[in-house]
Amino acid sequence: MKAVAAALAACSLLLAVSVVLAQSPNSGKPPAAAAPKYDPSIYAELQKAPEKARLRANPLQNDPDAVAAGAILFEQHCAECHGASARGGQKGPSLRAAEVQAATPGAIFWVLTNGVVRKGMPVWSKLPEPRRWQLVSYIKSLGELASVAGYPAPKP
Amino acid sequence: MTSFLRLALLGFFLVFAFSVFRTPPALAQENPYIVAYDHYLEEPGNLEIEYFSTVGTQRGGNNFHAFWAEFEYGATAWWTTEFYLDGQTTFNDSTLFTGFRWENRFRPLQREHFINPVIYVEYENKNGADKILKEVEGHDVESDFLVSNAQARKDHIHEIELKLILSSTFKGWNFTENTLAAKNLSNSPWEFGYALGASRPLALKASAKRCTLCPQNLVAGLEMYGGLGDRHSFGLHDTSHYLAPALAWNLPSGWTLRISPGFGLNDNSHQFLMRWGVSREITGFGSVARRFFGGHK
Repeated sequence: MKAVAAALAACSLLLAVSVVLAQSPNSGKPPAAAAPKYDPSIYAELQKAPEKARLRANPLQNDPDAVAAGAILFEQHCAECHGASARGGQKGPSLRAAEVQAATPGAIFWVLTNGVVRKGMPVWSKLPEPRRWQLVSYIKSLGELASVAGYPAPKP
Repeated sequence: MTSFLRLALLGFFLVFAFSVFRTPPALAQENPYIVAYDHYLEEPGNLEIEYFSTVGTQRGGNNFHAFWAEFEYGATAWWTTEFYLDGQTTFNDSTLFTGFRWENRFRPLQREHFINPVIYVEYENKNGADKILKEVEGHDVESDFLVSNAQARKDHIHEIELKLILSSTFKGWNFTENTLAAKNLSNSPWEFGYALGASRPLALKASAKRCTLCPQNLVAGLEMYGGLGDRHSFGLHDTSHYLAPALAWNLPSGWTLRISPGFGLNDNSHQFLMRWGVSREITGFGSVARRFFGGHK
């Protein structure tokens, strides 16, 4: 019985912490003025895409709904780390940096599929392939942002 | 039941209810499996709180309702850790807490492959009245549950369970194969089991409009699981096996509902298991926890 009580108490404590922390103003919102650390090496993952993957064309490139659908998917799955406007967050880099916007759709799709597991980005192959392409359409539609809070302007 | 336990239970439910309604939603993309595992781990820093029920028929005895709560945390992109609390009600007998489990899943490979392995390691501290059937192993059969709760709970089980999860995703389909080896830390032989699963979302493309009850949010699948005997008598004799269609509904509000009727495939199996579950993902739990404890921002 002591073990039961201890286990339940531990769970209550765990949940209590989650509740208190979930009330934090930043919870679930993109960090506004927080300056995420810029790690240029994170973008090197895009260069690791094999040539065959890099050259893949987006099959939904001409789909008029792809960007709108991708925007909803981004909000549901990506904004938590990359920020609501994809300018970067506490955990994920800006997707509006030149490195991303200049990458081929195939390279972005490859990173989405494989993740960057050692650096904290999970694999997203659990999203069916068309949804990953819809995300790529949305990310490419955002365009480059010269200087993002906390991020240096991309090198020419 | 002690007053401390009552207080802890009350606190647990209050905190659970409060947390799930006050935290920001994140659409989970869960497969419908209840027994089988795929290779997708919890997103780093997220906490998923889950509740599952299994109602089972029992020939020659009383039907039962087993239930468990899961707290699944994404420690890193390659490591998910999970804590379980189990209990059961046997009709015309009693209700009791049956134990806890601590599970860890590790993803050894960095990238996606045609087959993706995940290593699963679990410690179980439970009593003999455990009926959640989260896995079927060794010579687990229906008649094991004929023992009364008062008698069964006297048996204490400390068990290590290892699984090799091999999972593939191809054209929207997920196929997974889990091989299980479990060892009661008392002087018992290794026991073996398996679980197979296949699933697919009802629509592969996402809609350009927000929707709740639409095919893209529903994932249908099929599970099959059972025992494979033990080290001294490996094979299918005196083992039980189940086939279970499963459906998951991933709601935009962050909730996931699962339902899975299971059917026994031989005379050693329960004839029918009705399983269902509800879960909710709490995003960013890890980062706010670090802030709360004064860690780096």
